[in-house]
Amino acid sequence: MRAAVIQFPGSNCDRDMVVAIRDITGTETKLVWHRTAELPDGLDLIAIPGGFSYGDYLRSGAMAARSPVMQAVIAAAGRGVPVLGVCNGFQILTEAGLLPGALMRNAGIRFVCRTVALTVENSQSAFTRGYTDGEQVRIPVAHHDGNYFADSDTLDRLEGDGRVAFRYAENVNGSARNIAGVLNAAGNVLGMMPHPERMTEAVHGGSGGRRLFEGLVRQIA
Amino acid sequence: MKTRIFVTLKNGVLDPQGKAIHHAIEGLGFSAVQDVRAGRLIEIQHEQGLSTSDLEAMCTKLLANMVIENFEIEQA
Repeated sequence: MRAAVIQFPGSNCDRDMVVAIRDITGTETKLVWHRTAELPDGLDLIAIPGGFSYGDYLRSGAMAARSPVMQAVIAAAGRGVPVLGVCNGFQILTEAGLLPGALMRNAGIRFVCRTVALTVENSQSAFTRGYTDGEQVRIPVAHHDGNYFADSDTLDRLEGDGRVAFRYAENVNGSARNIAGVLNAAGNVLGMMPHPERMTEAVHGGSGGRRLFEGLVRQIA
Repeated sequence: MKTRIFVTLKNGVLDPQGKAIHHAIEGLGFSAVQDVRAGRLIEIQHEQGLSTSDLEAMCTKLLANMVIENFEIEQA
């Protein structure tokens, strides 16, 4: 298995993501600078990490979504390569059109930084098969723009097709229908605001995020 | 030449920033204000002959997120 973590100017969870993927899955994981137009061959996983790419200028994720590497990420996603976007990575995936909807300023205006309870809504995807349906897991969030918005037809479609992967067990940021993570139609692209890579070992205060990476190994093996 | 592009949130899209500004305005004692919506102004300096369709393409590809925002182009 081979993985790449994309690095933008202003990414700040890139190294945490590399450590989580490498240590949990035993995968050779490379950092790929965003100016690179081509990705390494034979990737089994692409991760877009959290952070504040381009200082959140214009809109969170808007500039990064137009970086040269994103054309290669979009092509890889089209071939079925699993793509995981966390926090700013989720914002970038929606801005790039790989996932529907948009992430707006938190309804309460404040930056939210704490561990929250999530309900696993779909445990059948490549990313969530380490969990069971309806299970609650605790994973930290740290964001200012995590308020998921989509029109009601899109939300109905996402729910009807099982594309809501995670839901907040409480109102964290005003997200429509408490959506915390969504899948693309093919199920190989997941965007989520909570940070699974920050909850992978006992010293983090829990391991709620660890099974996401363990599930990916089972999917790809 | 200069063109101004106004990017605003679509009707019905919650604007927490506008709400906070409204609250602050009320705090200053301006009680007649009924609602505040915040947007973004982008000024583009360019050569003559930049077409409206090019400006629209800039808006839809980058300057506005069409899921939540509208744009208006004001050519000077």
